[in-house]
Amino acid sequence: MKILVCISHVPDTTSKINFTDGDTKFDTNGVQFVINPNDEFGLTRAMWFKEKQGASVDVVNVGSSETEPTLRKALAIGADNAIRINAEATDGFYVAKQLAKVVQDGGYDLVIAGRESIDYNGGMVPGMVAALIEANFVNTCIGIEIEGDTATVVREIDGGKETSIAKLPLVIGGQKGLVEESDLRIPNMRGIMMARKKPLTVIEPIEASQGTKVVNFKKPTPKGEVTLIDPENVGQLVELLHNEAKVI
Amino acid sequence: MSVLVYTESEGGKFKKAAFEVASYAKEVAAMLGTTVTAISVNAVDDSELATYGVDKVLAVKNDKLSAFNAKAYADIIKQAAEQEEAKVIVVSSSADSKFLSPLLAVTLNAGYVSNVVALPENISPFTVKRTAFTNKAFNITEVSTEVKIIGLSNNAFGLKENPGSATTEVFDPSLSDADFTVEIKSVDKAVDKVSIADAEIVVSGGRGLKGPENWGMIEELADVLGAATACSKPVSDMGWRPHSEHVGQTGKPVASNLYIAIGVSGAIQHLAGINASKVKVVINNDSEAPFFKAADYGIVGDAFEVVPKLIEKLKEFKTNNA
Repeated sequence: MKILVCISHVPDTTSKINFTDGDTKFDTNGVQFVINPNDEFGLTRAMWFKEKQGASVDVVNVGSSETEPTLRKALAIGADNAIRINAEATDGFYVAKQLAKVVQDGGYDLVIAGRESIDYNGGMVPGMVAALIEANFVNTCIGIEIEGDTATVVREIDGGKETSIAKLPLVIGGQKGLVEESDLRIPNMRGIMMARKKPLTVIEPIEASQGTKVVNFKKPTPKGEVTLIDPENVGQLVELLHNEAKVI
Repeated sequence: MSVLVYTESEGGKFKKAAFEVASYAKEVAAMLGTTVTAISVNAVDDSELATYGVDKVLAVKNDKLSAFNAKAYADIIKQAAEQEEAKVIVVSSSADSKFLSPLLAVTLNAGYVSNVVALPENISPFTVKRTAFTNKAFNITEVSTEVKIIGLSNNAFGLKENPGSATTEVFDPSLSDADFTVEIKSVDKAVDKVSIADAEIVVSGGRGLKGPENWGMIEELADVLGAATACSKPVSDMGWRPHSEHVGQTGKPVASNLYIAIGVSGAIQHLAGINASKVKVVINNDSEAPFFKAADYGIVGDAFEVVPKLIEKLKEFKTNNA
């Protein structure tokens, strides 16, 4: 079984979000980049398939050379090969078209991507890849087992979960639940040394149109001060929520 | 040329989000000088949509579609969009709509923008405001394709009544086996609980509650308010509460009208995930907790004393305002 894990290179969850160039670009100054958390759950699940079912695991990213340390980290965690498509990832549709080409050329059985990246939050790339290559697709995936050419997949729905069955090739939009937080792996020294020798192939993007374009970014307007209520007078909170905030 | 809106139903009843996307679609249609067509699947009373400005309903009635199936539903909406020559399609931010939208976007070669929080800023070029960086920022996005799909954030626009009359047409799309290659085996859903995605009020507990045995008062408070229950990341990581309740940057986003955080310190990732909520209340015994900087109302106090009092006061309030 050949697995491809799509990796977004995103600011660490604790990052302060600022913009430059007239609010058209994300300010990377002082920002630590990591594997997108939703992708990391998928990568860790892929490692399980590698160890228990002999799968091969490749990772792919659409980005400039600045994203290579993130791909190296994925190799240090245990992926076999890395591919970087040398283009700026600014639009989900464009990124999906690039990834679809890699999936088709590589003949992958299972493609794991995070349900969304924590920077753009587009939430469209996995589904678009599936539609472009006419593979099955399950989003917000919190569990996957594979036997032969058939996958049993659990999806989180609003207020519950749903189990379905689909033939490979399959694309999933993954999230926490695919593995637990405690299953995530920190690369060890041996993994880091080995990752340096593993292949990281750079390929040029194909011609593809965009669906959307970010015009500019805006930061939320700063919030006013909190209104503190005396713990001995909880009734005041009920009154404020009713009369002032009008939410109850 | 009408604006097409996908109005979700569950068990034959329209979801609140269906009325919200219809309300939104009506105002987009006004900007474009056109009408609103809704597509519904197995809804019992399609006429309800007329209250929110829908001019025409394409009603699909098909037993094969009793369980949601993303590929089949995307196919239906595509066929409706083609018949209506719709250039703008509006969907909600439910798990199901977020599942089908990318599939729909590819089949229609449409640009898709998710997490949209306001009416289009402009219609030529077509630009909308959406959240990014998990609610730590917004961006203005231009959609340049001929057909555009807008995913509206829940509770971002609200319900706007626009009563009129809607014509209902039976819509019978052609479906093939290829639409059902992902076969739904079982759905496990708590029927008596409000889900975080649908909730107008969310009550959330953090590590300050000291253990899973203390969640009774959180559930009681949620019950009094008709709210959904949620929790912080450490609480779900320690297994005190299920992952499905984890809200924050790597958990579920919350965009409720009222968010009440109890014993939650307010880590940056948590605040990002719940930031789209309109009114935030924090109850915490540590006045230095970062959540107080993000909240609208706060009580510095022991949750084990404050919450039971709050429940009591809310019950009184409900009795007096019944």
